Formats: sequence, C-alpha cells, structure tokens
Amino acid sequence: MNQSAVYGELLFSALIAAGIGRGLSKFLDLPRRLPRWNRLLSYLWVPAAVLFLAIAIFKLRSPLIGEGYFLLVLVLLLAVLLAVRYHRPARTLLFAMAPFVLYKALELLLEEPDGKLPKAYDAFMDTTRYFVLIWLITFVFIARSQKKTLEKERLVREEEEKAKRLIEIQNVELERLVVERTAALTTQAEELRGALTELRTTQAQLVQSEKMASLGELTAGIAHEIQNPLNFVNNFADVSVEMLSELREEQARPERDLALEAELLSDISQNLQKIHHHGQRAASIVKGMLEHSRASTGERQPIDLNHLADEYLRLAYQGLRAKDKSFNATLVTDFAANLPQVEAIGPDLGRVLLNLFSNGFYAVRQRQLRGEAGYAPTVSVSTARQGDEVEIRVRDNGMGIPEAVRQKIFQPFFTTKPSGEGTGLGLSLSYDIVTKGHSGSITVNSQEGKYTEFLISLPIHQAG
Amino acid sequence: MQILVVDDETDVRDLFQQRFRREIRNGELQFNFAFSGEEALGFLRAHHSEVLIILSDINMPGMSGLELLGYVKEEFEMPPTTMMMITAYGDDESYRQAMALGANDFLVKPLDFSVLKSKLSQLNS
Repeated sequence: MNQSAVYGELLFSALIAAGIGRGLSKFLDLPRRLPRWNRLLSYLWVPAAVLFLAIAIFKLRSPLIGEGYFLLVLVLLLAVLLAVRYHRPARTLLFAMAPFVLYKALELLLEEPDGKLPKAYDAFMDTTRYFVLIWLITFVFIARSQKKTLEKERLVREEEEKAKRLIEIQNVELERLVVERTAALTTQAEELRGALTELRTTQAQLVQSEKMASLGELTAGIAHEIQNPLNFVNNFADVSVEMLSELREEQARPERDLALEAELLSDISQNLQKIHHHGQRAASIVKGMLEHSRASTGERQPIDLNHLADEYLRLAYQGLRAKDKSFNATLVTDFAANLPQVEAIGPDLGRVLLNLFSNGFYAVRQRQLRGEAGYAPTVSVSTARQGDEVEIRVRDNGMGIPEAVRQKIFQPFFTTKPSGEGTGLGLSLSYDIVTKGHSGSITVNSQEGKYTEFLISLPIHQAG
Repeated sequence: MQILVVDDETDVRDLFQQRFRREIRNGELQFNFAFSGEEALGFLRAHHSEVLIILSDINMPGMSGLELLGYVKEEFEMPPTTMMMITAYGDDESYRQAMALGANDFLVKPLDFSVLKSKLSQLNS
C-alpha cells in the first residue's frame, strides 16, 4: 500500500470523524450539556494531524493507522455518550454504537499489518459487519425518533411554561388592576359619603327654610288671629271697669236697684271669664307659632285632632287671605264627636294639616281664577274613628291632581307651583311625619278638575 | 237707630251689648248680629230699609266683609246705608279697597268704643 493511500484513508477517517463529531454534538446538544467534551470533540483533527506528521516523518505505510485513528475517535465518542447517558437518545446511541466499536476493535485486532483480514475470519466478520451496521442504523433511527419525541415533549413543556408565565403575568396585572380599582372605588365611596353628608346638610337646611317659609305665611294669619282675642280682652276689660263704677254708683244710691246690681255683677264675672278665654286663645296662638318654628322635640302627647284641625284650618285660611284679599272659600268641618285623643307630636301634625289646607286653598284658588260660573270654593275637613285608628280627611273641590302627578307628589322637591312659590318639600315632609313619625299612612284620591282628598290614618296608640 | 253688626266672632254680641247697654236701655240704639256675610245679607233682605248702619268685619270665612259691602251698595241703595268696616288689618290696601267700594268708615281692631260711640252719635244727630 503506498503512502498516498494511507493519507487518503486517514484524511477520509478524519473527515468522517469530524462529521460524526459535529453531528453528535448537534444531536445531543453538547455545547449545552457537556461544553468541555464538546470542545474536545472539535479537536478530533489534532490526532489525525499528528498521525499525518508521523506518517510523513517516519514514512509509515500501515493502513492500520487510519483505522486506529477511527477507533480512537469512536472510543472518544463512546466516552462522550457515556458521559451523557442520562439523556435517553444518548443511551440509545451508546447501545447502537457499542457493537460497532467492538467490531471495529476486533477488526483492528485481527487485521494483519497490511490491513487485510485473514481468510479464516472473512465469513464471520462479514456477517458480523452486516449485523452491527443494521444494529447501528436501527438504533440511530430509534435514537432520532426518541430525540424527536423528547423535543416535542420539551416544546409542550415550554409552551406550558410559557402559558404559566403568561398566566402569572396576567395574575400580577389583574392583582394590580384590582388594587387600582379598589383604590378608585374607595375614593369614590369617600366622595359619595362626602356628597351624602353634604346633601343631608342641605336637606336639613331646606327643611328649616321650608319651616321658615310656612312660618312667614303663618305670620299674617297669626296677626289676624291674635288681634281678635286682643280686641275682646281690651274691650271686655274696659267695659268691666265701666260696669264696676256703675255698680259703685248704684250702691251709693239711697234706693238701690238690686236686680241691676246682680245683673252687673253677673256680667262682670262673665266678662272676666271671656277675658281669660281670649287671653288663653292668644297665648295658644303664640305658642303654636313658636312650636311651628322650633325643631320637633319628638315628644308625643295626647292630641285632640278635632281641635288641631280646626285651629290649623283657620290659620291656613287667614294666612292665604292675608296675602290675597280677593280670595274667599267656604270652610266645612265635620268633626266626629267623642273622637279619642291620639298620641302624637302636635306641632308636627299641625304642619301636616297646615300643608294640606294650604294646598287645598291653593287648588280652589286656581280653579276660582278660571272664572267658572257658580263655582263655590270649598275646603273641608272631617274626622272619624276607624277601629284602632283615627282618620282625617282633607278635601277641596279645586283643580284636582292628574294621575301622572299624583304618583310624584310625595317625592321631595316635586312641585307644580311656579318657581319660588313652593319648595316641593311640604308633602314629602308631611309624608315623613305621618309615616315615620306616627306610624300612620297618608293617601291621596283625586279627580282632575273636580276634587282632591287626602286621607290621613293615625293609630290611636303608638306601638312600643 | 238700627245697627247690624257682622262678625264671625260670636263674643262680639256680648261685647256690643255691654258696651252699648245704656244706649240699648234708652232705646237709642238697636243691635242685630250676623255671624257671616251670608247671614247678614239674609237679614238685610228680610228687614229691608230698617237697618241704617252696618258694622262689618272684613276677614270672615265664606263671604268677606268687602264682598258684603259690594252687595249692600248694589242691592240696598235706598235708603242709603252707612257701612263701617272693622278689621284686624289696618293696612292701606284694605282701606283703599273698602273706600273704593263705598265704605263710610274704616276702623281697626282692637276696637276703640269711645271713638265708635262718637261716630255713631254724629250719625244719629
């Protein structure tokens, strides 16, 4: 065998070794798994180069050199595979290559120095070669498919990891959003609470101003109501003084008219009672006015509803008359005799009645202004006992309330009056006073253009 | 001299009867009382031409004193009826309105009876 053939074989072996080394490195992902061994694999050409030089220097011609080099490479590869045997395809490759390397080693051992196998082993070695090659190829394919499977699994795992990470990121984002929203909601709740407090304050102020407004309406009525009793107090007092002096004159006479004296005395005594009565009347009007302007004390007392209704009907009427002199109406009262007293907050119920009467007068006034012939404006109030309750009906034959409006009249701030004339709180306050304050009910019944009737039912005894 | 007093306060009757007890005893003045404008009109229709002086409150439920004044001036022209208004409101508006409707006088509550008496005696003479 000439030297060039030896070179050729060595070169061929070196190229195949480099190819296999490169392939194996890629197949097993050696740069990652075994960086050091991988670097070593890239120096597979070095022994080949050394042998090259040896051949050139020592003029070696043995064909065994190339095969020896190849075996060296194979052993090295086996060692690499052994090092990564934890990797299943590597194990399979190890399994695939082992017989092949053994065969190669055996071949090298049995070969004569000229590179030829002795004839005796020919048949055996041929069979064995085929067997190891098929073995090798089969297991290489198996390793490949194993690797593919692993790759797929890895991909799936990676996808899962990715999805997991994504979910984690989303979770973090969600948590951030939740925190953000919670903060926003908390702020909003705070703001709403503030607004609510403000509204409550405003409402309280409006309630107070509504009270003051109705107080203003009342003042005129009260002035009138108070002048009448005062007129009697002054004049009965004066006339009593006159009568007393007349009595003295009579007593001083020699012929006393005893019948006249007795008449004078009885008149004086009667007058004193009248003075007392009208003084009381004035006092109760002033008291009523004070109670009206004062915030409710919430004190329940037995109340004579007939008396209360009568008093406030007059007050409402005079109040309106004071503002509008051309207005007049017929007041009809129908009070149940022996009506039981009701446990109630007098000033509060008075406000309710005043409100209903004022509305009634307003309604008949509106209808009167239309100039219907023969229209007699009438506001009436009646009381009745119904079992454990007392009913008060306030009825007017005014404009009536349309169905659509009727549903809203107890809402706060709802008013049909021109702006500035009504706060829209009168009926809503009345509703609160009757339902919340007295556990009663207030309902309305009306026919448009005919009448309106409010019905208040109050329990005679408050529960609890 | 017949006087009709119109007021929704019933104690007015006692007051006038006591205040004018001497005049009533003398037969100088005769008083009749009506407790609403409607009642007053009814009385006037029934006792036409007897009443010379009407003393009326203005603020009354139902027919007001001013309305009554209007009816009286319209219905009972002859003999001329003297109509005096008595009110708890001494405001200019009521006064102007009463005068425009033909009221002869305008008195304010609390009523000063000495003033009223002198006015009545002036009318009487």
